[in-house]
Amino acid sequence: MTVVLETRGLLKRFGGITPTNDVSIQVERGARRALIGPNGAGKTTLINLLTGVLEPTAGTIWLDGQDITRLAPHKRVRRGIVRTFQINQLFSELTPLQSLALSVSARLGVSAQWWKPLGSDPRVAPICDTLLRQFHLDDVMNQQVKHLAYGKRRLLEIATALACEPRVLLLDEPVAGVPEGERQEIFDIVNALPAHVSVLLIEHDMDLVFNFAKSVTVLVNGAVFAEGDVESISNDPRVKAVYLGEGEVAHG
Amino acid sequence: MSAAAGLKWAARWRWWEGALLLALLASWLLLPSHALLLNEIAILALFALSLDLILGYAGIVSLGHAAFFGFGAYAAALVAKLVMPDPWVGMLVAITLAAVLGAVCSLLILRGSDLTRLMVTLGVALILYELANKLDWLTGGADGLQGVVMGPLLTPLGAFDFDLAGRTAYAYTLVVLVLCLYVARRLVHSPFGYSLQALRDNRLRAASIGLSVNARLIAVYTIAAAIAGAAGALQAQTSGFASLDVFDFHRSAGVMLVLVIGGTGYLYGGIFGAIVFTLLKEAVSAWTPQYWNFWLGLFLVVLVLVGRERLIRPWAWFKP
Repeated sequence: MTVVLETRGLLKRFGGITPTNDVSIQVERGARRALIGPNGAGKTTLINLLTGVLEPTAGTIWLDGQDITRLAPHKRVRRGIVRTFQINQLFSELTPLQSLALSVSARLGVSAQWWKPLGSDPRVAPICDTLLRQFHLDDVMNQQVKHLAYGKRRLLEIATALACEPRVLLLDEPVAGVPEGERQEIFDIVNALPAHVSVLLIEHDMDLVFNFAKSVTVLVNGAVFAEGDVESISNDPRVKAVYLGEGEVAHG
Repeated sequence: MSAAAGLKWAARWRWWEGALLLALLASWLLLPSHALLLNEIAILALFALSLDLILGYAGIVSLGHAAFFGFGAYAAALVAKLVMPDPWVGMLVAITLAAVLGAVCSLLILRGSDLTRLMVTLGVALILYELANKLDWLTGGADGLQGVVMGPLLTPLGAFDFDLAGRTAYAYTLVVLVLCLYVARRLVHSPFGYSLQALRDNRLRAASIGLSVNARLIAVYTIAAAIAGAAGALQAQTSGFASLDVFDFHRSAGVMLVLVIGGTGYLYGGIFGAIVFTLLKEAVSAWTPQYWNFWLGLFLVVLVLVGRERLIRPWAWFKP
């Protein structure tokens, strides 16, 4: 198994709080990994560290064997680390079509073109067509994002990330607020990603986690508490005690 | 509709864009006696277009945009006085120098909040104002730069002298305005232009799709400064004069008002705003020379409270 993304002794401190405490994980090529843990376990902080939104206090992050700890966020995206956000982060004045076309252009390295119109690169429009259809956005593709219903915006949130053609996709509670019936659909699209794409998923819905993931990392209090395949984690009594055994799992 | 068609549709030419172009041309042909006023409007429109690029598209607020306007004005005037009187050469030098100044100043607006940017841009304009005041051996200080004589305007149709009625001047300004408008239009419909809107709406996400926010901000600030410099150069060249007034705060605030009137983020707000602003100022000050500021102020208050959309669509007032 080739390791694509790796952290070594990653540590983040905010004053007296340590949301990420000596985390060393390895994400293999093509992994379908879930990142679970109780609220406040440091899952989102870890994603923020991996994508460069936050800078670690100590430790290093490696992509394809190269140290990217100090690399700017947008450069990590160009190397293939792409994320979605727990709370939608969209371009409210643009349309879904323009948002996706811009993301695809950025991926293709033509986003700095300033003389030709958006979409003049012939590779852009077909990719947008596919994404708009997959995510049921084709009927609203020319409406401004701020006028879209929440469900559509959530779909656009995921579609925007996929438009960047990730090699490592970090999904931060992708189906939060999505109606029950449409959740599986989003996961079907993620499942259909090419086999070489690694997916790291934060999710509270254990049914979805155990359906989707092949391996699981459990974070507790910022540190790796347990790691293993779905089978062993779901049967691990310690994990049950800190997390699964708490009865109704809170969202947030 | 397919994605390709949708993207083309967004960049299509609207009928009123053509109508506006025709109206500009017609104004030169049909209103020769008002060329001086029209010239003033066109220069203000170009200046406002420049601010719209950074304010309306990239979301950078500025209370010191006159810094680039004034820099361009002095640069063009000094070229004419000290080097050579050709207007095109002066224009190119002014644009280049204003762009360099813009690139340097852009480093100041990358960080901080809107309030920080208001203060920093205001500060830069104040510094340049005071520099122009102190360097009187070069700029003429508070007396202004006298003795700027422009050479004839060389065109493919022949050479034209700047006349007192301002017809050559207005034609020159119109050509520069339309050229800049065309460049700006290409720009805002390009991936670069959309990435400006993206970072205006959400910087975090813009970086998360792989856009370099800082590189974009530096580029657009430089381009906007260059266009403001062109407007300043037009002002100095068509009036044959540059004074401290070009750096003044009221000019930075005035161009902001023009965009408040005309609207931001669709390129033409500066033109409509400049027309309304200047004509209103002319009309009210002819009617009541002492109190025109009062009426202009009242208009702005009403405009902002009622909303531009509702003010230009009075028939919609009585709809339930």
